[in-house]
Amino acid sequence: MISGRLLAFALSVATVTLIVVGTLWPVQSALAMAGAGSGADLLRPSSSPQAAVENLADEIARRDWDTAYSNLANKNEFTETDFVRDLAGGYPSLRSHASLDSFDVRPQHASTNDAEVRLNLRWSTVVGTFLDTRNLQVTKSGDRWGVVWPIVKEPRVPPQVIPVNYLRWDVIYRGAEDDWGAQDVESPHVRIVDMHPVDRGGGVVILGELLNEDVVPAFVTVKATLLAKDGSAIATEDSFDKISHILLPRQVTPFLIEFHNVTLSRVDSVRMQPSSTLIAASADPVIEIEDQHMNSGPQPSLSGKLLNQSGQVVNVAHVLGTFYDNSGQLIWVSDGYVERALLPETPVSFTVSLPPDIASKVKTERAVTTTYSSSRFQ
Amino acid sequence: MKSRLTLLLSGLIWVASAQFAVTQTDDLRLPRSVEAGVAFSIQTTGSGNAILYIVGPGQVLRRDVQLGGAISFAPGDLHNAGHYLVTVAGASAIENGAFDVTAAHQPTTLSFIAKPSRLPVDSRDGISGVAFVFDAFQNLVLQPLQVSFQLSGVAGTPQERTVLTHNGVAWTKMDSASKEGAAQFEARAGSIADTRVIQQVPGDPCSLRMSARPSGQRLALETEPVRDCRGNAVPDGTIVTFTETYSGGEATVDVPLKRGVARTEMPAYNGATISVATGVVLGNEIHWGKE
Repeated sequence: MISGRLLAFALSVATVTLIVVGTLWPVQSALAMAGAGSGADLLRPSSSPQAAVENLADEIARRDWDTAYSNLANKNEFTETDFVRDLAGGYPSLRSHASLDSFDVRPQHASTNDAEVRLNLRWSTVVGTFLDTRNLQVTKSGDRWGVVWPIVKEPRVPPQVIPVNYLRWDVIYRGAEDDWGAQDVESPHVRIVDMHPVDRGGGVVILGELLNEDVVPAFVTVKATLLAKDGSAIATEDSFDKISHILLPRQVTPFLIEFHNVTLSRVDSVRMQPSSTLIAASADPVIEIEDQHMNSGPQPSLSGKLLNQSGQVVNVAHVLGTFYDNSGQLIWVSDGYVERALLPETPVSFTVSLPPDIASKVKTERAVTTTYSSSRFQ
Repeated sequence: MKSRLTLLLSGLIWVASAQFAVTQTDDLRLPRSVEAGVAFSIQTTGSGNAILYIVGPGQVLRRDVQLGGAISFAPGDLHNAGHYLVTVAGASAIENGAFDVTAAHQPTTLSFIAKPSRLPVDSRDGISGVAFVFDAFQNLVLQPLQVSFQLSGVAGTPQERTVLTHNGVAWTKMDSASKEGAAQFEARAGSIADTRVIQQVPGDPCSLRMSARPSGQRLALETEPVRDCRGNAVPDGTIVTFTETYSGGEATVDVPLKRGVARTEMPAYNGATISVATGVVLGNEIHWGKE
């Protein structure tokens, strides 16, 4: 009884002490991330290049664009609107809905009056995080250091009319009052044209490709169940976002299904369950994927540029890379999101990473993209 | 709920019948079977008042009757096909019997299931049709009836089959036509008919060919009208993939067919190889310029 009271007392004292310490000596970046007050009075003076960059990152995290812009050393080169568009995007995109998850500052070089600092901004979005790296020049003016922001001006599309031969499928489903014999619209016919399981990283990965062999658009998913020798199910998973869910007629999507903590030796067979639903869809926008090339090195990747050939702004683009070995066998599928909106006829870079051991076997690759446009739902 | 009440009532009547089994007689003259919805009568013997119960599938009748005469039932009094139990409970005796109600001979509705509603041209036995024949009271007409199926498309002579129903059901299989278009699939039993629409769509593209020409700094690529092996135009919206490989890189674009052809522009690289494909069908290759 007494020991319990002592424990409660000790916990209370520790809690109060921590609150007092946290209030008097707060962690700068944590405070900025929490968005406490304006945060401006809690930042360090920009008395060093690192402090100047950290202050700027804190202001960006709080979306305090006014303060961030006013503290830049080269603000006479661009407007605050350009600065905000550079960081948050001028059109709705993953970037405009992202929040700064964390950042780190890495001094590269310093002299008396200028310095080079690398700022890694890790933005958090609904589909994961993306890294935005900026190599910053920091210059000294009086006793203050100011950041020279390397502005990336987001292009603006000039007002114009882009004629589009719009193609779209609408669907009328059967109604509740229809006779029970009246057929509903037929689900699209889809077919798995390639599939094989791979033992990898303490789990099983199922790679494959799915073809919409119908003349109507389909919303597709693929589910796989690993079966043991006695026929019992070991695990069931689906492809989640490692697939292009909307397949237009004769379109092929790769898919990847991951099973963690399962060894391939336990698996006797795999039950694949592709499913398709007829949906209303549009054949536009058309996206060209240009300059695709493999990047070797410790972090291999497939990179290229997406070019929106339509007149519609694409808010989110999802790129799926399919990789084949020299015998033409599918060996890996990976994906990535583009955080900026795709403006008409404006190339936007993308990068899809893949494991180094896989990259060394890749002979050919294919990229497909799925797009989401908010205007499509208006 | 209704069927539970029917069961409960049937049970009670049978229990009561068992108790009065000694007094049961064969004087209740019932028809062997009655057509659903048709008027009929039951002849009773004896005298005095009694209560008549008729219990069947989904239906119970109770009547106060005078024994010794005929009890008449109006058209539509009994309309569910099935086996019915009859009990006449008088003051001194209970008489039991049973008869069947059969579906009307004349079909009035046809439920027609045709599958699939969309299929490629030239599919042998690809279309199946199943017809269920019902009378006016939604009883399945069990006696054999002729059902004729007819599939008429946009071209050619219609396919016809005549099938006898078996336990109220008739079915057949048909081939899809060689020309695309909506086909009318009709099932007919007497004067009753029901129609479904079967969309016959083009098959896999046959000989996919493209051409290229310079367009400023880029290449304009265009396919010839894409058709299947029967000459049907592959529908707009079908994705055609153009792939350009050049030294150090690759470009791809998925383009939907519009007005029968796919058009796009791609970078013009000397020595590039451009290929075209749709689904699993490959088209021709073009080698552009010189290395």
